[in-house]
Formats: sequence, structure tokens, C-alpha cells
Amino acid sequence: MNAGPVLPGRDDDPDRLYTITRGRSRAPENAFDLVTLIVAERQPAPGMQSEHARILRMCEAPTAVVEVAAELALPVSVVKILLGDLLESGAVTARHPRFAPNKARLPDLDTLKQVLHGLQQL
Amino acid sequence: MASNSSDARDAADDAGARTAGARTPLRATADNALKIVVVGGFGVGKTTLVGSVSEIRPLNTEEVMTKAGEGIDPAGAWGKRSTTVAFDFGRITLSERQVLYLFGAPGQERFWFLWDRLFSGALGAVVLVDTRRLEDSWYAIDRLEHHGTPFIVARNNFGEPGHTLEQVREALDLPAGVPLVDCDARDRESGKRVLIALVHHLAALAGADRTALADGEILTDGGAPADGQALTDGQALTDGQAPTDGGALTDGGSPTGGQALLDGRAPAEGAVLVTAAGRAPAPAGSRTAIYEESTP
Repeated sequence: MNAGPVLPGRDDDPDRLYTITRGRSRAPENAFDLVTLIVAERQPAPGMQSEHARILRMCEAPTAVVEVAAELALPVSVVKILLGDLLESGAVTARHPRFAPNKARLPDLDTLKQVLHGLQQL
Repeated sequence: MASNSSDARDAADDAGARTAGARTPLRATADNALKIVVVGGFGVGKTTLVGSVSEIRPLNTEEVMTKAGEGIDPAGAWGKRSTTVAFDFGRITLSERQVLYLFGAPGQERFWFLWDRLFSGALGAVVLVDTRRLEDSWYAIDRLEHHGTPFIVARNNFGEPGHTLEQVREALDLPAGVPLVDCDARDRESGKRVLIALVHHLAALAGADRTALADGEILTDGGAPADGQALTDGQALTDGQAPTDGGALTDGGSPTGGQALLDGRAPAEGAVLVTAAGRAPAPAGSRTAIYEESTP
């Protein structure tokens, strides 16, 4: 049980969340999936909000939205707001998941083959 | 937070390292991420399963939803009336470009308000069950059916199984078309086989949705060369096929043609029951495989 995924500093006090998002509570609708991969296009600038700066450092390699949320110990929707800022200013780019379920919500066979192949390499 | 001394100790202590430097980054070429969700009641072993196959130590995060019976607030607002729902995840790099994220999600009622927001676009789901608390999974199975998310059921089975898979299937009132497999969530190979079983199930469903011609295509493209090759490289696939609808793929891989997949599905899954119940010799020695795998 020791060293489990305990997050020091996690604090869901609404005031804190509003401070981080500068009063906003609306995540950009559908702008990011949980697994959209974020890539930093710039270095953090001096004076930048610390969460923004951390995201840029973290996303030097592609990083999923959910990993950013885990790393910042913030709810996913808060992180989406922060990412929305960075996307708007061009500081990050987003690689969205290509798989969109078809009408029957089933992935295409090509995708499945790739997943299968990847799993077998494990 | 990396600057304070206790965090520095954590970072030095590998298990506790959560600083940015300790993260394992994805490849720069990664550009497409996929999702599979492991759903299960508290303590059933979701995090264990995710961790056993993940290339990173499972991470934990959360999403906010509003309380008061109004479900999710589409505005994503938080405040006094909101509550958070935690979930964890791991990941598997599939190729230069593809990465698979595995999410462990609690099956509890309130979580389902967030399902679409978090897991729309998931390839499918694994319902992880503990036979001592099967009732914990009823709701999850019902909700997955409601959401139209394809799924398989895996019994996390460590130690002596107290029930046959057939009994489990009956207790869960699981439709014949839904594969039910045994696993040991602590074991990487076993966890891997569960995921492979899900992918096979998805392939069978996708094939069944198409015309006979398309089924033939699965068998030749997906079944014979790709899977067939996999069968030879990946022992896990061979084994993994046995307890699931892999029977369908085995049939499918045979030269009987496209119809075999469709025809094969029902009997193949039926065969799982028979195999699990031990009432008949398992085809192709698969029964042995099942029990060897589930009791390492």
C-alpha cells in the first residue's frame, strides 16, 4: 500500500480550482479527448502561469491529457481549460485520437489488427 | 514541488517518483491514442490488472461532476455541489505511432454519469469480476450494454476457483455472445491475454456486422495472415484464443471461409462454457491452457 498513487498536493478546494483557471469553469467543449496527445511547441516563457509552464515542460514529448491531469494533480476538466489556453496561443498542438467509433461503435479491423500486434509484442 | 526535501526523497526512492523527470515519455512519433476501460467494483483488482500490463506505474487522476441527481453538468462546473470521481490508468506503446491507454474505472453508479465524457471512443471494456462479489458487476454490465460499449468479462481468479465459469456466467446472466475468461490480474501474461481476448471479441463483432464478403476479408486479411502469423509468434494468442471467442478465430483461420466466422461464433462461445464446466474435453487442449494460465 505504500507508495501507491497518492498525490501530495491534490486539493480540490473549488477556490483553488477557480484561481488556477482564472474564474472559468467551462472546458472547451470537445476540444480534447482524455487521450488527446499534447505536444509543446514552445519553451515556457518567464512570468507564465506556473501550471502552463509545467504543461509545456511535460509535453516536450507527446503527453496525453489524462497524464497531464495526473501529473498536475488537477481534475481533467481543469486541465482541459489550461490546455485550451495553450492551444489557442499556439504554445501546444494536439494530436487527437483518430479512432472514431462507427455506428455500431466498433473499431475498424485495421485498428484492431494493430492493437493485437502491439499487445503480442508485450 | 520537486524542490522540497521530502519530494526529493520520494524521487530518489524509485517507487515514489512522480516528478516530471521520472516520467517515461512517449515516443515523439506517437500520434494516435486508443482507450480500453477496465470496469470493476472496489478492490476487484482493476489497478492490479492495469499495472500488470502497463509500461508505466498506474497513475491516478480524477474528474469532477455535479451532485444532486442532475448528473453531469455539461458546463463542467465545479463548486460546492460538485464531487470528484477518481480513476487510474496505465499505458502500452503499441507501435511508433499508436499508444493504448488502459483505464481502471469503478463500476459504482455515480461514475456512469461520466462515462461518455471520459470514455466515448473507447475500443471496448473489460468487466473484472470477483466471484465473492459478483453483484458488484451487475450494474456495470447493464450500463455497458446500455452505452453500447462492447465488452468481455474476466474473472480475477487467484487461488482455487470456487465456481466454474459456467456458474459465473449464469450468476451474471451474461449473454452467450459475451466472452468470459479467467485471469490472474497480477500476472502480466494473463492480463495481456485478457486484452487480446477483448480485441478478438471486437474483431468478431466487427466481422459479424458486415456482409459475408467482409467476413471473408477478416478471415483472409485479419484471420489468416495477420492472426495466423501472430498465432505462430505469439503463444499468448493461441492460449488466449482458447478461453474466449478465439474458437471463432480458430474456425475463421481455417480454410472453411467467411461463413465460418459467423457460424463459428455461437458454438465457439458455447464451447467456452462446456470447456469451463469441464463437461467435455476441450478442443485442441485449450482447457489445460485455461487452467494452467489461471493458476500460475
